Amino acid sequence: MLHIYCPYCEELREEEEFHPKGQAHIARPADPDACSDDEWGDYLFFRDNPRGIHHELWVHAVGCRKFFNVTRHTVTYEILETYKMGEQPSVTATSPADDAAARVAAEPSEASRQEGARA
Amino acid sequence: MSKAAVFDTRTDAAIAVESPLAYSYRRSGAPTPGPHSQVTIRERAFLGHLILRGGAIVLDEAVREVLGMNLPGKPQGLVHDASGERSIQWLSPDEWLLIVPGGEEFDFENRLREALGDARFAIVNVGGGQTLLELEGPKARELLMKSVVYDVHPDHFPVGKGVTTVFAKATAILRRPSDTRWELVLRRSFADYCYRWLLDAGEEYAIGVVR
Repeated sequence: MLHIYCPYCEELREEEEFHPKGQAHIARPADPDACSDDEWGDYLFFRDNPRGIHHELWVHAVGCRKFFNVTRHTVTYEILETYKMGEQPSVTATSPADDAAARVAAEPSEASRQEGARA
Repeated sequence: MSKAAVFDTRTDAAIAVESPLAYSYRRSGAPTPGPHSQVTIRERAFLGHLILRGGAIVLDEAVREVLGMNLPGKPQGLVHDASGERSIQWLSPDEWLLIVPGGEEFDFENRLREALGDARFAIVNVGGGQTLLELEGPKARELLMKSVVYDVHPDHFPVGKGVTTVFAKATAILRRPSDTRWELVLRRSFADYCYRWLLDAGEEYAIGVVR
């Protein structure tokens, strides 16, 4: 079981209380009428399936019932960070996990989250 | 004053009302607490439950004015008034649960609406949909340890905390108003199931039901 830090409840909670909702940061085309079928199809149906760092949308379904974002490693299942809606991730695929781990170690609050995520 | 349609759910007409556990008492029974009972449960039926939604600052002002209590601003906060009968609990960053003695909720709802004026908010009476169960006794925490996924150790769950969590696979609100007492806010539709779960899980502690 994962321990997931809910950025709204501000504590680590059981995975059982959450639901994953797929890829995060999918922007709806500003003008859907001007989209080609390919663009609209990509937006509706096509999702990334990376091996490594992935940004996901989760909901604290039993709890505060808020949506938030999770940066997760799809190979190790390690949760690198969680952040509120509308915020940008600090850990990305362009900043490799090693860098991310170093950065996490530098920030004590982040480190405590990560320990919980490993449990 | 907002244009929301409000009505008093309690009428003067003599209509028989039953608590969400009325059926459970008949079907599953209610063991009487004895000298060996280490856990007792007691239903607080027909309390007034109101959900307040809106910005924390506006709601806090209105709640102070009407109820004389602070709105818990921190997550998982639970605040009682001096009498201990009225409580407000943080449910989500823009949502609070207000529980008042039965019959007071309509008056409070109207006064809160008046105090809030044209602010953006919502007040919903959810009293018909849920019920409150009190757990007391030296083994109450052990009973909860078998039932909820949340850590109920006193270090992690001090007095004045309340969380929405998974109770025996159902959703419930777990609160700790005092050192010795725990409270469960159960949905009406889950009440029978949760009640029977508690009887079963509490059998080894000679659980009793105060009625």
